Amino acid sequence: MNAPFEGIGASVRRKEDLRFISGRGNYTDDINRPNQTYAVFRRSDRPHANIISIDTSAAKSAPGVVAVYTAEDLAAIGGLPCGWQIHSKDGSPMAEPKHPVLAEGKVRHVGDPIAVVIAETKQQARDAAELIEIDLQDLPATATVTDALKSGAAQIHDNAPGNVCYDWHIGDKEATEAAFAKAAKIVKLDLENNRLVPNAMEPRVAIGDYDRHTSDYTLFTTSQNPHVIRLLMGAFVLGLPEHKLRVVAPDVGGGFGSKIYHYAEEATVTWAAGKLGRPVKWTADRTESFMSDAHGRDHVSTAEMALDAQGNFLALRVNTLANMGAYLSTFAPAVPTYLYATLLAGTYRTPVIYAEVKAVFTNTVPVDAYRGAGRPEATFLLERLVDTICHDTGFDPVAIRLQNFIPKDAFPYQTPVALQYDSGDYFTTMEVAMKNADYAGFPARKAAAAAKGKLRGIGISTYLEACGIAPSAVVGSLGARAGLYEVANIRVHPTGSVSVFTGTHSHGQGHETTLAQLVTSQLGVPFSQVEIVHGDTNRIPFGMGTYGSRSLAVGGTAMVKAMDKIIAKGKKIAAHLLEASVDDIEFADGSFKVAGTDRAKTLSEIALTAYVPHNYPITEIEPGLDETAFYDPANFTFPGGCHVCEVEIDPETGVTSIVNFTAVDDVGRVINPMIVEGQVQGGVAQGIGQALLEHAVYDSNAQLLSGSFMDYTMPRADNLTNISVATENTLCTHNPLGVKGCGEVGAIGSPPAVMNAVISALKDYGVRHMNMPASPEKIWGIINAGRKAAE
Amino acid sequence: MYDFGYTKPSSLADAVAALAGDDEAKALAGGQTLIPVLKQRLNKPTKVVDLSKLGLSGITVTGDSVTIGAMTNHATVAASADVKRAIPALAALAGGIGDIQVRNRGTIGGSMANNDPSACYPSAVLALGATITTNKRSISADDYFQGMFTTALEAGEVITSVTFPVPAKAAYIKFKNPASRYAMVGVFVANGPKGVRVAVTGAGQGGVFRHTGAEAALSKSWSPASLDGVSISPDNMNSDIHASAPYRAHLVGVVTKRAVAAAG
Repeated sequence: MNAPFEGIGASVRRKEDLRFISGRGNYTDDINRPNQTYAVFRRSDRPHANIISIDTSAAKSAPGVVAVYTAEDLAAIGGLPCGWQIHSKDGSPMAEPKHPVLAEGKVRHVGDPIAVVIAETKQQARDAAELIEIDLQDLPATATVTDALKSGAAQIHDNAPGNVCYDWHIGDKEATEAAFAKAAKIVKLDLENNRLVPNAMEPRVAIGDYDRHTSDYTLFTTSQNPHVIRLLMGAFVLGLPEHKLRVVAPDVGGGFGSKIYHYAEEATVTWAAGKLGRPVKWTADRTESFMSDAHGRDHVSTAEMALDAQGNFLALRVNTLANMGAYLSTFAPAVPTYLYATLLAGTYRTPVIYAEVKAVFTNTVPVDAYRGAGRPEATFLLERLVDTICHDTGFDPVAIRLQNFIPKDAFPYQTPVALQYDSGDYFTTMEVAMKNADYAGFPARKAAAAAKGKLRGIGISTYLEACGIAPSAVVGSLGARAGLYEVANIRVHPTGSVSVFTGTHSHGQGHETTLAQLVTSQLGVPFSQVEIVHGDTNRIPFGMGTYGSRSLAVGGTAMVKAMDKIIAKGKKIAAHLLEASVDDIEFADGSFKVAGTDRAKTLSEIALTAYVPHNYPITEIEPGLDETAFYDPANFTFPGGCHVCEVEIDPETGVTSIVNFTAVDDVGRVINPMIVEGQVQGGVAQGIGQALLEHAVYDSNAQLLSGSFMDYTMPRADNLTNISVATENTLCTHNPLGVKGCGEVGAIGSPPAVMNAVISALKDYGVRHMNMPASPEKIWGIINAGRKAAE
Repeated sequence: MYDFGYTKPSSLADAVAALAGDDEAKALAGGQTLIPVLKQRLNKPTKVVDLSKLGLSGITVTGDSVTIGAMTNHATVAASADVKRAIPALAALAGGIGDIQVRNRGTIGGSMANNDPSACYPSAVLALGATITTNKRSISADDYFQGMFTTALEAGEVITSVTFPVPAKAAYIKFKNPASRYAMVGVFVANGPKGVRVAVTGAGQGGVFRHTGAEAALSKSWSPASLDGVSISPDNMNSDIHASAPYRAHLVGVVTKRAVAAAG
């Protein structure tokens, strides 16, 4: 019997799922250390206030309390660092106010931690936290970028005048102005990208541990990138060298970006464990998650397109205000700049683009990258703008896109906003998406819906996104304070099974399956004989973690490079055993063969020889079969595609139902089609959530109104439909696998498709644009106003 | 959760005694509101009196009434062939409360005693003109509801059952809050021995209320069309981030019509 095909291209079932679906995962909260204590944070319930006094005496003497700490106790440690520095138009560095671990002198958002209580039980810590007397003097607060920029707005940080973090730009301003001056038509659109709460299924957890006999620290944490946390917390906050600090991120139940960042609770429990000589555990409750996990999106923008009379895009001008929240989260400054404005060419050959981005502090939870990070904001802006052009001018949404797409033969394509796309074919993804969505049959379906009293609309979006952020030298020149390479260590064990130590981290993506398939394909090792190890700085050489759909393109390529080294060494061993020249050894299907003969050695035989080197070229090569590669990509990868959404609206209630959703994506080479389909479906569900349901709402005093699932609408199965997913792939040209990435495409392409469909359904009611979420009340308001206007 | 005392009496008299004279004691029925409130430390009872051993669950259907024991959970009501036959709208309402977990724990007595302004059951009780029976007395629906989270129940009074007259026609339609899935506007319409009655939950600031405008129109002619031109003032409607008062007032009209259409 032939072994089942389990290499690249096979829909192998996810090997991690047995433990996940049977409740046998090992999540951070499942970990308990001997003699453990429990931390509970006392957080601000005010958006902006001076701290007049904190009295911890009653809390300290409460039953079971081990310690109570405030900022005063943490004076010797640093603030939470920011990993990316943007420079403003005038060359000045961004305002980078201190982000204290516990509030110093002032609280700046609801949820800002003020004190921590550590007690024998969580219950005792909670009881004592309530006994801390905090005297706050309220200050005026702002939640929105527009309010925060008003003259006279409350100053959130002394060293950020006018609440401006940076005022940045990209592109050719003069050429853009010149193009606008000659335009036959200019279409302008004001739009907002709604603030979202990530809401990973597993709340954040952190356990600090300290061994006084070795002076080793361990942090168990819900992180997408344990080495990054080790570096940020060790070097910048606690002053601990790498060899004395181990960071473990075990099974993690979803991240979506929110678990990239280094958070105050991680530093607090690690520091306190050292101070107390006892493990300290903190587990967020859901309310804390809402007010302390970095939020996503929150842009206010104006977009203008200059067109000639034929509908060719001549120039794009964009002005965006980006909400940073009260402090700079780890990678926040990069999101509305290099992950957003550089994407504004999208799928179009717009010759000149100029974008200005002002990042603004407000009294809200810090905002950082959330699934898509900048690219959904750019895509929403562009694709709403294109449909608005059609609304204003009468151009057809399909025709105008086809007319302005970057031609198939134009790759590599240099955009006017820094990026150079290596490959793509937007014509094919759109053609297939329209076919799969039966776009041509829409008028008949619309008529059938109208007969039932329903408004039916169809919307298209096309998108281009950038994954696997790279290369290190370029991102460094743009302000990144880290490299963006990836690391893989491939260990072929003596009997031929393989352990892969990857610096990427799986928190739902299925790496244990997909990455094993790479080994099966390249080394010919059976899938069952491959183990993927991640999430522990003591086991993995180094790594930058998982975000920006980088694991396969960057981490997978590092594996390929390490496996190349394994094969190269294996050839030398094989040449020795087979008494042939190294140049004559070929490796295929797990076996080293002398070219043109049937003399061969399997990888297992080579591995055994490498570890039992009795008959071995010991003077030429070392024993063992264990290789490491660091891979720094030459460029981003550029997935793209087309999403088509069809909605039906109940005009009496304003309720929108997604009736059809079709995604056709170009994600590069597909390793596991089933996992790609799942990733796209999940991303589309989140995009539909953003478009129709999700909204982090602050009131005018910066109180978070949608602070629980009672008010924050998560997408649920009955909000969705069966999502049709297909791929039409072009290969990445600069990595050996040809892979691009699929983790975010769903969340990037879908929101404008949904909104274009909603607005198309409401065409008869005079709507030109609406901001997300397209809630029933908003839609009813439009219908009601349209009806009144018609009367 | 704060510490609290806990008792599970096995007779109604013991339960009443445990609650009597202690304003800070709380009765526990299905716990679908009380337990979350305790977990969030929003309530600090001296003791929790668990009513689950009092034998208060069960359904009795006669020719003209349905009596549901206070501790009967929603899933049981939803699945009851007798209720489905006598008042299908009531079984459907119970089957649409919360999710499976809530329906397996939540009880009609708990829902009635709590009188959450977005709960489903109060609309059925008020529209059908049900009678609430307690350890002390019988209370008509019209006297029972006294505003949001407020009822005619006195301290130490425990609901034992609710009796619904069987209507000729009835239906309940719920427009759910998109986030919480509670009723943002829920309308129960009934045409029965107590006349034409329309009760609205979720929408009003004072909790469940009767939509007298719709009742008058439907009394003349029981049809969706007879509600054309009937509107309701947004003045006493709830307003939140999901629905303003005018939108809720509009939805009351839409949902009432749909309920009448569903009732046939």
